[in-house]
Amino acid sequence: MAFLEKNTPPGGKVVTDEGVQRIELTGDWAINTLSAAEVILASLQFSKEKLTCIDAGRIENIDTSGAWLVHRLRGSLEFDGRRVEISGLDEKRKSLFDELDQHHPPRWTPEKQKFSIFGFLENTGRQMEGIWLDALAMLHILGSLGMVIATVVFQPKRLRGISVAVQFDKSCIGAVPIVALMSFLIGAIVSQQGGFYLRQFGADLYVVDLAGILVLREIGVILTAIMVAGRSGSAFTAEIGAMRMREEIDALHVIGLSVTEVLVLPRILALMLALPVLTFVSDLASLLGSGLVSWAYLDIPPAAFLARLHEAITMETLMVGLVKAPFMALIVGLIACVEGLKVAGSSDSLGRHTTMSVVKAIFLVIVVDGLFAIFFASIGI
Amino acid sequence: MSEQFAEDQRAREVRAKEHAKEPDGDILLSARDVTVGFGPKIILQDLDLDVRKGEILGFVGGSGTGKSVLMRAILGLTPKRKGTIKVFGYDLAKASEQERKTVERRWGVLFQQGALFSSLTVKQNIQVPMREHLGLSPRLMDELAGLKLELVGLPQDAADKFPSELSGGMVKRASLARALALDPDLVFLDEPTSGLDPIGAAAFDKLIANLSETLGLTVYMVTHDLDSLHSICDRIAVLGEKRVLVIGTIDEMMKNEHPWVMSYFRGERALRRF
Repeated sequence: MAFLEKNTPPGGKVVTDEGVQRIELTGDWAINTLSAAEVILASLQFSKEKLTCIDAGRIENIDTSGAWLVHRLRGSLEFDGRRVEISGLDEKRKSLFDELDQHHPPRWTPEKQKFSIFGFLENTGRQMEGIWLDALAMLHILGSLGMVIATVVFQPKRLRGISVAVQFDKSCIGAVPIVALMSFLIGAIVSQQGGFYLRQFGADLYVVDLAGILVLREIGVILTAIMVAGRSGSAFTAEIGAMRMREEIDALHVIGLSVTEVLVLPRILALMLALPVLTFVSDLASLLGSGLVSWAYLDIPPAAFLARLHEAITMETLMVGLVKAPFMALIVGLIACVEGLKVAGSSDSLGRHTTMSVVKAIFLVIVVDGLFAIFFASIGI
Repeated sequence: MSEQFAEDQRAREVRAKEHAKEPDGDILLSARDVTVGFGPKIILQDLDLDVRKGEILGFVGGSGTGKSVLMRAILGLTPKRKGTIKVFGYDLAKASEQERKTVERRWGVLFQQGALFSSLTVKQNIQVPMREHLGLSPRLMDELAGLKLELVGLPQDAADKFPSELSGGMVKRASLARALALDPDLVFLDEPTSGLDPIGAAAFDKLIANLSETLGLTVYMVTHDLDSLHSICDRIAVLGEKRVLVIGTIDEMMKNEHPWVMSYFRGERALRRF
């Protein structure tokens, strides 16, 4: 038992007389004094005598861990070819030792850190395989999503309208304030920085072109997608992952519901509707920020700003940005759901997959934006 | 079966005699006027309870009567509206940080769902309390973890598995091994034998009785297992009507006239045992 308030430090000494070696143990041999007891046992010098007696009679308190130390001592002494007896045990302690006698934990071997070139190569190989399997899983979900969408087209009742609306509310309406604020600031910063350099050439007015085109074509959609990946993508992964941990996904399977139809489709659909809306909000907010900074910092009055903006951008500029949004939403949603479905039983894996979901989504959003840039350039927009 | 019963009875009598030496024993845990409620709903009202040192107390009661709530209130996990709970003589509501730590090192808890840390292996789970509280060598910690695994009847290859890879019964055992890691004076077991096969449950009972005998372990056990109640519990407390209805030995329970107690201990299911 753990007698925390009053511990007697453990003690031990070896006495040899008439060919018998006595190991006298005193004090507490319990969990609280165990580290001290371990040190004492390591410091004892045992003689070569064949007959050994461990005197446990003067041990004050003993528990299973202390008994294990004594038991281990006996084992190691016997292994060296001695004959060992434990004396001074009363009925209760004897039954404790008898209980220990029946259990043999495996021989302890220190854990070795393997470090080799093969381990490195093996890890690299495994990671490559992981990337390949990831791509397959994405295609798998995409395929089943296609199937579900086809079903929904023919049987519109199968579409879970309420689910989609709830997800849309969470990922779009809830995100409007933060997306608007962020975009407002970005628009303001772009104009201020651009204005600072353009003013040196007397080309202040081109700030409007710079901000308008940059924001509408690229920054609006990319920043919104990144924000959505961090906000909704991580939430999707955590939700689906937690459902997987608690066997809720398995329950869906057993009831005969398709996970893609119930969980994945409403989320991805809601996200694909939400991202263009958010991108438009972001565009407006950044133009507002840009206009205010141009007025305050570069002395371009709002009327002049609007007139210049009218010349600088066309409907096409806006559409180039907006057209990318559903694709980015698809990527963020797909990755979030795939990562969520990959969660295994532990909280550790939930955290890892949520991180991976956000990191992969942001990375792919930027890659896809690059591909779109190449595409638009080659068709001459 | 009746032979088994007679044997149980003899064992109980021997244990009862041992306890008779110290009529009231030391009170390890005492609860006075404890009231716990959630919102407008009162779960426990003016509840009194004493747990004596070295006894195995079985706690029974219908589903939803607040057995787990009481256990959580004793552990300080659920706030109580009024009353005092003293564990090892300390009132945890007023105890200092140091005193609370002292108490927490002296008790072990087996939660109903196991509550193993899912990102650690079974071995690491058992070593968590040791690592936190004691400065032991890695070798000794590994050996002690192996020993506890053996004690609760888990195979050694379970040591490096994660909780999600274990069966329900193995989770229970691993969780008990963690509860016993620091050789506590008092263990709280929330339905330890539910989900175990009868052989495993009997071994579990034997282990608890054995530890209680050799180490003087005090056990607070919420259980519905009539076999455990008959074979290892020194006293049984029945929770009902927001308080402890009756508390006493199994023989007293068998004679009790309260309708719920009667139907529990002398119902069709209970009598089928013999």
